[in-house]
Amino acid sequence: MLQKRVIVCLDVKEGRTTKGIKFENNVDLGDPVEMAEAYYRQGVDELVFYDITASSEKRGIMIDVVRRVAERIFIPFCVGGGLATAQDIKAVILAGAEKVSLNSQAVKNPDLIRQGARLYGSQSIVLGMDALADPSMPSGYRVVINGGRTKTDLDALAWARQAHELGAGEIVLNSIDADGTKAGYELPLTKLISEALPIPVVASGGAGTPEHLRAVLQEGKADAALVASMVHYGTYSLSQIKDYLAGHGVAVRR
Amino acid sequence: MKVGILDYDAGNLTSVENALRHLGAQWVLSGDPDTLKDTDRLIFPGDGHAATSMENLRSRGLDQLLVDFVARGRPVLGICVGSQIVLDSSEEGNASCLGLIPGTCRRLPGGPGLKVPHMGWNAVHFQTDHFLTTGVPQDSSFYFVHSYYTVPDTGVPVLGTTDHGIPFVVGFVQDTLATWQFHPEKSGEAGLKLVDNFLKWRP
Repeated sequence: MLQKRVIVCLDVKEGRTTKGIKFENNVDLGDPVEMAEAYYRQGVDELVFYDITASSEKRGIMIDVVRRVAERIFIPFCVGGGLATAQDIKAVILAGAEKVSLNSQAVKNPDLIRQGARLYGSQSIVLGMDALADPSMPSGYRVVINGGRTKTDLDALAWARQAHELGAGEIVLNSIDADGTKAGYELPLTKLISEALPIPVVASGGAGTPEHLRAVLQEGKADAALVASMVHYGTYSLSQIKDYLAGHGVAVRR
Repeated sequence: MKVGILDYDAGNLTSVENALRHLGAQWVLSGDPDTLKDTDRLIFPGDGHAATSMENLRSRGLDQLLVDFVARGRPVLGICVGSQIVLDSSEEGNASCLGLIPGTCRRLPGGPGLKVPHMGWNAVHFQTDHFLTTGVPQDSSFYFVHSYYTVPDTGVPVLGTTDHGIPFVVGFVQDTLATWQFHPEKSGEAGLKLVDNFLKWRP
């Protein structure tokens, strides 16, 4: 039976792991390579690195981080943040990432998804989507970009379908309403997208307790759940999370 | 000992190289049969489409290299699509494949709650005691990404099975040719142990 994945997300700024609430007030959490290796040893199923480096001159630092991570951990990991061209995708994949996540840049240029899928296959192209509850949209959710600061005209469900048709092989679905609240994932949004799409959906935003993961993996029908601060600050260990999930009937890798 | 990795535009091979580096192996990554023919054993990876992979292998003369390698009794490890196209054929693009081991590949049926591709971690049940699985706990989990599954003919020794709606074979071995459908190079310590066992295998 295919297991539900627990994925740890690291926001990386100029080569250091950082964490802020709603993309603000960032604090330094450490070396992303050392953190990746520690989570690997603790049995994380996958990692996601978001490069939130603002200046384009310092983006090369991330490629070096990717290369060093790939030499030390032997599980799939995904890299996102600012990838705007096929060349950017290629650089990250050749440095050793299994997947790339395309977010704002895919909204601005949907063909980027198709180009990436043609180069490396759909399994390597992840759509990162930030969504905001909005009753005026057909699905009830609007796509936002630039870390939630900019509203688009896109409906979340319609955009997810379009991205899948263009070749995205997975969706990381981040609820801007829930992000940073530690009050639980946005279950209706996750269930809506996961049931409508034939590709895996990774729930993101709002994790505070292992029960939140159980709820989004069972009720929310997510294939995987992303966690960040609840493990970065040592509130829970990965084994505590996985023990809880296994004890509540969720198939996880032990 | 030198390991050859077949490079034929079938996906990114960085993770295979990183695993070999970690295990202290020496390797050569090449798409040239002349460069690969004098290596001691081959890793035959693959991502993507069976029919396209076969075209890429044939255009480089690598199909014949694999046939010769197995005939000379040197170990070969097929991974992912590399495990599929050692069989006679695949439903994917109605591909005629290498025919090194009798069998075929079929599309995973999927179903309610069963997404295809089968992507993520799944437990593998080892079917025999084999050197290649020495030291790896029974029902360990490995990382899969695939839409087609292997159906070797009855009589081909099966190394392991898993299930995704249906049970299916995820590894088999005949003479000096062994395969894994999942990615051992991306499957944590259990996966690295399988790669290490292959490097030490003397069939």
